[in-house]
Amino acid sequence: MTVDVQRHRGSKGPLDALSNNLGRYVLVLLGLAVLDALGIWLLYRLLRDGAWPVALPILAILLLINVLNLSPKLFPVRWHIPAGAIVILIIIFPMVYTFYSAFTNYSDGHILSKQQSISRLEQDTYLPEGGTTYSWTAYRSPEGEFALWLVGPEGEDYLAMRDSFEDVEPGEGIVGPADEEGIPAELEGYQRLSRVEVIKFLPDLDGVKFGQPPDQVQVVNLNSVAPLVQRYTYNEERDAVIDQREDVVYYADEEVGFFISEEGEQLQPGYMVWNGLYNFQRLFSSSAFRGPFLRIFAWTITFAFLSVLTTFALGLLVAIAFNDPLVPGRKIIRSLLLIPYTLPGIIGVLIWRGLLNPHLGVIPLTLENWIGWAPPFYTHPMWAKVGILIINLWLGYPYMMLISSGALQAIPEDIYDAAAVDGANSWQQFWNITLPLLLVSVGPLLIASFVFNFNNFAVIYPFLEGRPPMAGTPTPAGHTDILISYTYRIAFEGGRGSDYAYAAAITIVIFVIVAVLTLIQYQFTRRWEEVSESV
Amino acid sequence: MSNLPDVLTKEAAQQKTKAAKPSPRRRNRWGLVLRLLVAVLAVAFALFPIIWIISASFNPAGSLASQKLIPDNASLENYQTLLNDPIHPFLRWVVNSLKVSSITAILGVISIMLSAYSFSRFRFKGRRQLMLALLLIQVFPTLLMFVAIFYLFQQLGQYIPAMGLNQHAPLVLTYLGTQMGIQIWLMKGFFDSIPRDIDESALVDGASHWQIFWRLIFPLARPMIVIVALLVFIASYQEFVLASVLLKDKTQYTLMVGLYLFVSENFSNNWGVFAAGGLLGALPIVVLYQTLQDQIIGGLTAGAVKG
Repeated sequence: MTVDVQRHRGSKGPLDALSNNLGRYVLVLLGLAVLDALGIWLLYRLLRDGAWPVALPILAILLLINVLNLSPKLFPVRWHIPAGAIVILIIIFPMVYTFYSAFTNYSDGHILSKQQSISRLEQDTYLPEGGTTYSWTAYRSPEGEFALWLVGPEGEDYLAMRDSFEDVEPGEGIVGPADEEGIPAELEGYQRLSRVEVIKFLPDLDGVKFGQPPDQVQVVNLNSVAPLVQRYTYNEERDAVIDQREDVVYYADEEVGFFISEEGEQLQPGYMVWNGLYNFQRLFSSSAFRGPFLRIFAWTITFAFLSVLTTFALGLLVAIAFNDPLVPGRKIIRSLLLIPYTLPGIIGVLIWRGLLNPHLGVIPLTLENWIGWAPPFYTHPMWAKVGILIINLWLGYPYMMLISSGALQAIPEDIYDAAAVDGANSWQQFWNITLPLLLVSVGPLLIASFVFNFNNFAVIYPFLEGRPPMAGTPTPAGHTDILISYTYRIAFEGGRGSDYAYAAAITIVIFVIVAVLTLIQYQFTRRWEEVSESV
Repeated sequence: MSNLPDVLTKEAAQQKTKAAKPSPRRRNRWGLVLRLLVAVLAVAFALFPIIWIISASFNPAGSLASQKLIPDNASLENYQTLLNDPIHPFLRWVVNSLKVSSITAILGVISIMLSAYSFSRFRFKGRRQLMLALLLIQVFPTLLMFVAIFYLFQQLGQYIPAMGLNQHAPLVLTYLGTQMGIQIWLMKGFFDSIPRDIDESALVDGASHWQIFWRLIFPLARPMIVIVALLVFIASYQEFVLASVLLKDKTQYTLMVGLYLFVSENFSNNWGVFAAGGLLGALPIVVLYQTLQDQIIGGLTAGAVKG
């Protein structure tokens, strides 16, 4: 039924309602004004630095809040502002951005936008030869911070500290009164250094930059301090960065996302550029990349399938054993069986990691005592996989037990009675009645569990971080890696550098697979019909 | 719930309540023995690692090599080391985890309730599409998008320090985003079960929707609010991957990331201390689950069945 919002809100009397609503309206406007000011400031800075991918969701959220608050007709949707804002920021933006970045060179050295990279370069300074110099006196704080009092050729004086460069007179602010040479005897919080002390601290002062660009100075020698000069300038017309010190021009190369000199030298940091299907080409046509990808893909499928199979088999077995009121202590036993399920997963995996340690773990040691041999769970690709399946079995079977015991109880008894009359034994009853009926109700959950395990990073990574490693791959890849942990390692594991874009490309492949699997699951459950009915 | 999305358990709960009929099937003594045998083996499998970790936590020798089922000179030494270890600030991690999880739970419940109220009590254009979109969005695990989430906060942090990497606010937002959709459905189902006559008569009496929301629906939905808050809390407390992507400093770590740190540094010698930390860290969640098992499942079912 439709609720007419306007009619119902604060309707004691027309005048009363007006003044009531007016006050609220003004408050809303004020709130929006503050929020918009902050938002526009953030947007301005993001856009100025070329970080427009982040600006988009912020803009969307800002619009959402404004429109919903200002339109009385949209009152019912106004309630979705918090959830909507979070979904835009955390779900929709990352989804879109993942797709976008898969077509770029986003990686270590290409993290910044072009503008950000330029302004980073413009921060760089160097000490020019010649030019003005200042004589200096040093002060030192008990924490080891230095401050310099500078006197220029014309007698002008400055105070240079770590982050500031100021034209001040003795006696101002933290600066103490001047001595006979016109140099302040002390700075608040700092101790003036004698000539001898300065020599002692000279190594500490070497290379230290005082002040912020463009007012930045550096100690040259005992007698002089010289201003530093901006090293790189950006020339918009030539789309190039010019190195003032070496007098070299670096031209922007939009193909690779670097400023490159004629000699082919690249300036760090580079920036992010669109590079089309390059990441997918690597994935599908370069055998060095495709090889590990296909092996990992195969193991991902195997792992997910075997995980579902083993957990379901054990869970069902336990459920059948318990589907009998005569078993004593069912409630306590059930609570105990649920412990692996309630323990935070990562802790469970780490415990197993200790238990399976090939040299010191309880399981290999015991096996060695009993049969003189223990499986190398850490180092052998096959046994590492077996280890993971054991861990996942432990973590996952209580859930399977829960769902199958529910489903078991839903199977009508008379079917078994009829089967028994027809002479079927328990074994036949299980295969021909229990299992098919069970699969009808539990099937969709098994597919969901498959999808879940397909991305079960939390078991794979904490156990061995994907080890043992595959030999000779251009990306970090291991025998126990599944696609998601492989992606994670490409993106975040140091050593060979982070390749976020390539990780995003693989993520898209995972997206597609998960989408197909989920579609199949929906076919099973007819979830959409359920949804339509309840809406 | 430790390793499967809530929606699955919800369905499990639904299925569980569908039938609770004992089976009057013929059975013999051997069958019962077999069942008991399965039960004992299953319990042994379930408890095997737990027993070892408990034993390790009381073993003062502390290394993986020296573990014994019944440790010599059992003591609380590992627990003392754990609480006083300057390199692994365990208490700090616990505080961080509690902070992140409870803020997530509180903010989560508020935004979930607001959305659920609107879905339950208003009929507006695009309502169905919004609800379907919410379900659809949940299909893709946020885990897949960690690269983009990392980028988002790396960028935002340059302008708003509190929203940058190594801060807790982004983590809270991320957890909210990953858990929101399904919980809104859950809450909406529960709100639907509160008769609309109550609030419609209040509307006629001149109450605004805000008043109805806070004075009528909120108190009535309290049991469900507690459950949703708990589910969000538990899921955030246990999360490991996104936290390890977003947090860089030891002092900012949540408990799960911190415990993982033991592993990356000389695991076999830290075994006893890790055992103590793992047990203490898991205890609140296990206890919550074991005592509130039926309520959590029951609450889920109440919301879902009438949805």
